[in-house]
Amino acid sequence: MKNEWPLWEVFIRGQHGLAHRHFGSLHAPDAEMAIKNARDVYTRRNEGVSIWVVRASDIAASAPGEKEPLFDRSNSKIYRHPTFYDIPEEVGHM
Amino acid sequence: MYAQMVKSTGERPKTLDEMTPEERAFQQRVDADIKIEPKEWMPEGYRKTLVRQISQHAHSEIVGQLPEGNWITRAPTLDRKAILIAKVQDEAGHGLYLYCAAETLGVSRDEMTEQLLSGKAKYSSIFNYPTLTWADIGAIGWLVDGAAIMNQVQLQKCSYGPYSRAMIRICKEESFHQRQGYDIMMKLCAGTAEQKEMAQDALNRWWQPSLMMFGPSDKDSVHSAQSMAWKIKPMSNDELRQKFVDQTVPQAEYLGLKIPDPDLKWNEGKKGYDFGEIDWNEFYEVLRGNGPCNKERLDARRKAWDDGAWFRDGLMAHAQKAKARRLAAE
Repeated sequence: MKNEWPLWEVFIRGQHGLAHRHFGSLHAPDAEMAIKNARDVYTRRNEGVSIWVVRASDIAASAPGEKEPLFDRSNSKIYRHPTFYDIPEEVGHM
Repeated sequence: MYAQMVKSTGERPKTLDEMTPEERAFQQRVDADIKIEPKEWMPEGYRKTLVRQISQHAHSEIVGQLPEGNWITRAPTLDRKAILIAKVQDEAGHGLYLYCAAETLGVSRDEMTEQLLSGKAKYSSIFNYPTLTWADIGAIGWLVDGAAIMNQVQLQKCSYGPYSRAMIRICKEESFHQRQGYDIMMKLCAGTAEQKEMAQDALNRWWQPSLMMFGPSDKDSVHSAQSMAWKIKPMSNDELRQKFVDQTVPQAEYLGLKIPDPDLKWNEGKKGYDFGEIDWNEFYEVLRGNGPCNKERLDARRKAWDDGAWFRDGLMAHAQKAKARRLAAE
């Protein structure tokens, strides 16, 4: 057994106005078949209005080991959140 | 369950003191209910056990299409036929979600297929029984899917992210399967005496095999302790089996059917039913490949794989040619 169909990642827009979201993956020989298969595998119950497929090998991802250097820095930057600022009640909704 | 005899490491779980720092950090994450994701460090035993369990589960979904597919052309009405096709198609989808989850652990789809077709990988014993009458389709939905849901609901909490997410999706879709099965049983039980008899006969044949789906008794289940410590399997075989019996007995009563077990009795003390010993000899024989339909099921899968080879290869060749043409045009 060789010549395995490549793996595709499937992204589906659930409703108009929402972003495409990762749904899962599947094997298919090309993009056209990947979209057809994604329709059958992931939208049997009206889950979507649009499908994207991407070859899994074309996705670059951050390494799990780099989680701290990548994301920890923003932990201390609490001034990026609106709750950091005290606004007097008299000012009203802001 | 759909994965009944999953070999784990075969050893008792290590205590936190016996673990390496990496193993300890891993176990502490599992204990804190933080999901483990594909590329993260994990003990080799965890990875291997999961591959076995998820692939067995996937194979069961795929082979599970066969006993029901047997009735698609003979469903009693067009509605029932459309419903049965939808259900069998769901099983194929569930198999695919699960294969994808297993692939995130570094095993390829073809390797898994090869293991199924060579008989090396197992699938649930339940699919090695024949579907003799239309009532069997009712009994499978009600009992087999009922037992599957009971197992899969707890697996939604599995520590491995991709498996847990596949389970959440499957559970959402599966509840229609059980209800359509019970609906068939209700119809038969409200019908003629012969129809009701047919429903009773199906229950008689599927009851014990359904209880076997939960796997060996806890006292004989050597791999459970490690799997439970890793939260690959949140509840024990016997706990799940008891839950299933307690849920199902009243449903049988509603239908006016009798559970084929002379030892079945309500136990006020444990607020659950006592039930008779399961024929474990039969269970192990079916797993060993000696059930009524083992050969037929594997032959059907092998034939499907072999007959589909020209199609898989043809589409791949077309894709490669089309790609070469596109590159040449650039």
